[in-house]
Amino acid sequence: MTSEFVLEAINREFPEAVISSSEPYGFLTVEVKKEELKKVIHHLKESSLNFMFLTDICGIHYPDNKEKELGVIYHLHNLQENFRIRIKSFFPKDNAEVDSITDLYSGANWMERETYDFYGITFKGHPDLRVILNMEELGYHPLLKEYALEDGSRTDKDDSMFGR
Amino acid sequence: MKDNQLSNILNQYDAQEQVDGQLYTLNLGPTHPATHGIFQNVLTMDGERILHSEQTVGYIHRAFEKIAERRNFTQITTLTDRLNYCSAPINNIGWHMTVEKLLGIEMPKRVDYMRVIMMELARIADHLVCNSVIGVDTGALTGFTYVFQDREKIYDMYEQVCGARMTTNMGRIGGFDRDFTPKFHELLKDFLKTFPARFQEFSNLIERNRIFMDRTIGAGAISAERALNYSFAGPNLRAAGVDYDVRVASPYSSYQDFDFIIPIGTAGDTYDRFMVRQQEIWESLKIINQAYNNLPEGDFHADVPEFFLPEKAEVYSNMEALIYHFKIVMGETDVPAGEVYHSVEGGNGELGFYLVSDGGRSPYRLHFRRPCFIYYQAYPEMIKGSVISDAIVTMSSMNVIAGELDG
Repeated sequence: MTSEFVLEAINREFPEAVISSSEPYGFLTVEVKKEELKKVIHHLKESSLNFMFLTDICGIHYPDNKEKELGVIYHLHNLQENFRIRIKSFFPKDNAEVDSITDLYSGANWMERETYDFYGITFKGHPDLRVILNMEELGYHPLLKEYALEDGSRTDKDDSMFGR
Repeated sequence: MKDNQLSNILNQYDAQEQVDGQLYTLNLGPTHPATHGIFQNVLTMDGERILHSEQTVGYIHRAFEKIAERRNFTQITTLTDRLNYCSAPINNIGWHMTVEKLLGIEMPKRVDYMRVIMMELARIADHLVCNSVIGVDTGALTGFTYVFQDREKIYDMYEQVCGARMTTNMGRIGGFDRDFTPKFHELLKDFLKTFPARFQEFSNLIERNRIFMDRTIGAGAISAERALNYSFAGPNLRAAGVDYDVRVASPYSSYQDFDFIIPIGTAGDTYDRFMVRQQEIWESLKIINQAYNNLPEGDFHADVPEFFLPEKAEVYSNMEALIYHFKIVMGETDVPAGEVYHSVEGGNGELGFYLVSDGGRSPYRLHFRRPCFIYYQAYPEMIKGSVISDAIVTMSSMNVIAGELDG
């Protein structure tokens, strides 16, 4: 299995879906349209491409990319061929919603909850989309770039001597 | 419990007519000796049977990924220590290898072998704790006290390499901060000589013990298909019969040089998970022996002055060394922009690092694939219909490490 082969297979099945592709550090990376995301992953899993192992799901935030501020990144793995693929999809922050893949991979459940918790990306069709690591009363999604690491309202910490 | 919640649970339970008596809710954890950390399970029980369970995690979540966005690449090592604290060197070295991949640094052979030795020692320590704790949860305290002496010996070796015992902060980007000391060689030789007999004694005590077998065989079983669907990796996946091991599938460091096998189980139950770890300890010993006997001569670090602290004496006499020292301590070295995924076989399974750099002093985005976090979403399915004592043993056999669960 090679990157060209996989990319061609995706392009053949979904001619409109692929926005761009690259191969940073030998890892096939494909950006697909948000609407086609679930279909592409479904095809990757169920066809002879056989990406049966979901390694990871995580979110990412680029505040300066207009209309593409938020993204979700999937790492899939074909264990037999030992071939990995990274699927990305970007969307605007005020419409951050993608299809859940929990019905394809049971392991996606908590990973999607984690992504929702940290980035506010909602997964349509998720059976139980709640925050997971942060407390429910927190009320915001802390990994978004607009939130500074330290709480600016604290008065008991004085870092002025450390140049921060 | 609200009525509609209860009826939902009953609807999910396939043998509704078998439920007799009053259902009740049992709060197992967050702080309970059997949860091995802070991890809450709300169980709906029918007598001794578990009908439904609901997990809550996040009690010790420390915003690791957010903090990493403000730390420089060297400082993040200390954060990785606290993920799976039973095998901290694997986390450290895995992180260093991720950054090195991004920087394109080639390691001297000696560093690779030293790393393999430290990572396999860490794996042994991790598996020893996990397996002896399965014993404790079935009531066998003796094995626990046996193997903790061996774990202490491994910690003595860590101390020689990095000065710390538990959260080791071992190694640097580009190698180790010091070579193996003479005392380390002494300790390792002694360990390799004495440990097999002591470990055999532990195995004799537990492996074929009638009570232990009765308590663990068939408990918390998961099929290979379900385990794959849940993204299991490591000993928990191999116990179900899938021979996936990152060390073999995508060799990193110098694992391709060594001869070892991947032990696999068949049933995917608690006993198989225990046995897979037992056999892995023997395989790790095999790897350490091979690596130590063929330890190449050479440098214990790569030639990367931007990341590697110079000798103190040189800092005082050599301007260049002083500049590099300053740059490293202040974290002033940029790494190239790019994204990289690197995974290592942690004590618990595939430990993945997804790193996006925008060319700055700290990562733009860092995400960890924490194996423990992934396993425990399958836990309700694995204990459904079993009794509570089986659920306890199942939990410890999946090797719950709260630091890794919460990240």
